[in-house]
Amino acid sequence: MTDQTVSTQLDTPSPNGFLGMLARRSEAVILPLAALLVGFAVFSIFLLLQGKSPTEFFALTYRAGFGTAFSWQNTLSRTAPLLFAALCVALPARLGLVVIGGEGAIVLGGVAAGAMGALLAHSSGLIAVPMMVASAMIVGGLWIGSVGALRYYRGVNETIASLLMAYIAIAVMNHLVEGPLRDPASLNKPSTAPLADNLRVGDIPGWEVHWGLAFGVLCCVLAWGLIDKTTWGFAARIAGGNMRAAQVQGLPVGRLIVGFTALGGALAGLAGYFEVTAVHGAANASLATGYGYTGILIAFLARHNPLAIIPVAILLAGFEASSGLIQRRMDLPNATTLVLQGFVFISILMSDTLYGRFKVFAPECWRSA
Amino acid sequence: MEDLGLWVIPLAILGGAIRVSTPFLFVSLGEVLTERSGRINLGLEGTLVFGAMSAYAIAYLTGSPWLGVLAAAAGGALFGLIHGLICSLPRVNDIAVGIAMMILGMGLAFYFGKPYVQPVAPDLPSIGFGWWSDIPQVEAALRVNVLFLIGAVLAFAMWWMFRATKVGLIIRVVGDSTDAARAMGLRPTLIRTLATAAGGAFAGVGGAYLSLFYPGSWNEGISSGQGLMAVALVIFARWNPVACFGAALLFGGAGALGPTLQSVGVSEGYYLFFAAPYVLTLGVLIATSSPTRAMTGAPGELSITK
Repeated sequence: MTDQTVSTQLDTPSPNGFLGMLARRSEAVILPLAALLVGFAVFSIFLLLQGKSPTEFFALTYRAGFGTAFSWQNTLSRTAPLLFAALCVALPARLGLVVIGGEGAIVLGGVAAGAMGALLAHSSGLIAVPMMVASAMIVGGLWIGSVGALRYYRGVNETIASLLMAYIAIAVMNHLVEGPLRDPASLNKPSTAPLADNLRVGDIPGWEVHWGLAFGVLCCVLAWGLIDKTTWGFAARIAGGNMRAAQVQGLPVGRLIVGFTALGGALAGLAGYFEVTAVHGAANASLATGYGYTGILIAFLARHNPLAIIPVAILLAGFEASSGLIQRRMDLPNATTLVLQGFVFISILMSDTLYGRFKVFAPECWRSA
Repeated sequence: MEDLGLWVIPLAILGGAIRVSTPFLFVSLGEVLTERSGRINLGLEGTLVFGAMSAYAIAYLTGSPWLGVLAAAAGGALFGLIHGLICSLPRVNDIAVGIAMMILGMGLAFYFGKPYVQPVAPDLPSIGFGWWSDIPQVEAALRVNVLFLIGAVLAFAMWWMFRATKVGLIIRVVGDSTDAARAMGLRPTLIRTLATAAGGAFAGVGGAYLSLFYPGSWNEGISSGQGLMAVALVIFARWNPVACFGAALLFGGAGALGPTLQSVGVSEGYYLFFAAPYVLTLGVLIATSSPTRAMTGAPGELSITK
């Protein structure tokens, strides 16, 4: 499959000096930002047609998502799973794969962490915590890694397969938390046994935001290093540009595909681990809240650049954090956020057609006289 | 009444297959039309949900279910048209646009559909083919909705269209080679966009069936991946409309497995039976895909098989 959204340009020293390099780099910043604004503009027209005020919408979003220390806490707590979910899309995207089923790895990673925590309830946290992390990452990695394996060894379309597997994952979770893993005391909301206090993840000191955020940011930085600074990332970018050429060059394309999808899945599993240990305290249906799907949009907005995922995830987390207040104040349905995401997503994909069309971004334009 | 014993299960699955298969049938026929023209539309899940909502709303407001079906088809055509136009831009990824259209379709459906969760809209009519039997289960299983019959006729009509008509040939040429189509003086982009719009209309009608007949109500959980499964089913059916009809029946039967077993009192592993259609779809995809050779029957310009 050809994927035009993944940049395979290599960072060769520009012959046109600093300005030329700056011009080329700024294209990847300015075009997505412009597309984001166009998406907001279309959404504003949509609100105006409904007789609602876009100004009020964005003002409320700012206030409830970014206005106060409390709203920042809310936003940043929601950012953590989105970072992992977006990485689960961005890493395979480097190989030209569109994997959209990260939700499945989040859900099953969370269930694995919850089950392991219940199993090791009486052992020391020094043993139990690494086991929980490992089980969440292994389950998530196997889940999405098998999507990559099916793609490479059987030629199964990864987009459809990953989404089907997300539906299967949710069915498996429902089966497990209502059946074999159910805590008999959880009456209204079937869950695994509540985690012991020493197995739960607390807040970053002085932040009132759980540690998932710090690890999510760390993983984004590490993923950026992997893609931009290692031979593995280099090989993946080559394969993403032209799979057949990479094979002819003798690159281990199969191992790259399985490795990158499995790594993405393992990170999504980690999102499930943090949701269970830091937010819910047990694995239950609250795991399937759509973080995996928002992650798709974040990865595309960030143009699959792991560092850019961080600010984009914070922005979209802010929209999600403020949706409750907006529903109440403006009498809008909760699907409003989904409509906004749809408009922004389409706008960002349409902007792909504009790359290379503007002379301002061409290094030649800035050739020093 | 005689006791049917375990015969209830195959009977209910047969009835369920007829009941559940219609949305699969319409969405997959729409996708066949779109993909035969060389474009993939992964967003039909969103179109299906939007069709379900608009059909229900219009049927409730006007009192006529058929106006609802018409509205769903019009809405679906609009979604298809937008998808087709966006994908006509150079260097735009049609798979990703499909995902975006899916999110937008579901978002708009939930947004506008909120006031219609409570009211009751009129149902589409169905015809009883089980009049010869005294057994109520047989009669229930053979109550066939008119849309199912229309879909069955459409499948054969479309098969004939691709085989024997000029329109069918034009769509196939455009789907197999953009260059050949241009050489013949055709306009590939226009034809693809029209085929995508028509495919969207089909998917919208599939959605109308969901909200106006079975399950016959509108809520946010009305479709859980049927639109996506129908897209996968097209690969299984090798882009052949008549094979789509058979595959839709098979998938409908798998979808009826969960509710059927629940109705005869099997509660163990209840959720896993609900996963049966997804597992079946995945299994079928794995069995029918191949990493090395191009798939037989696949349109040459399709990005998914390149």
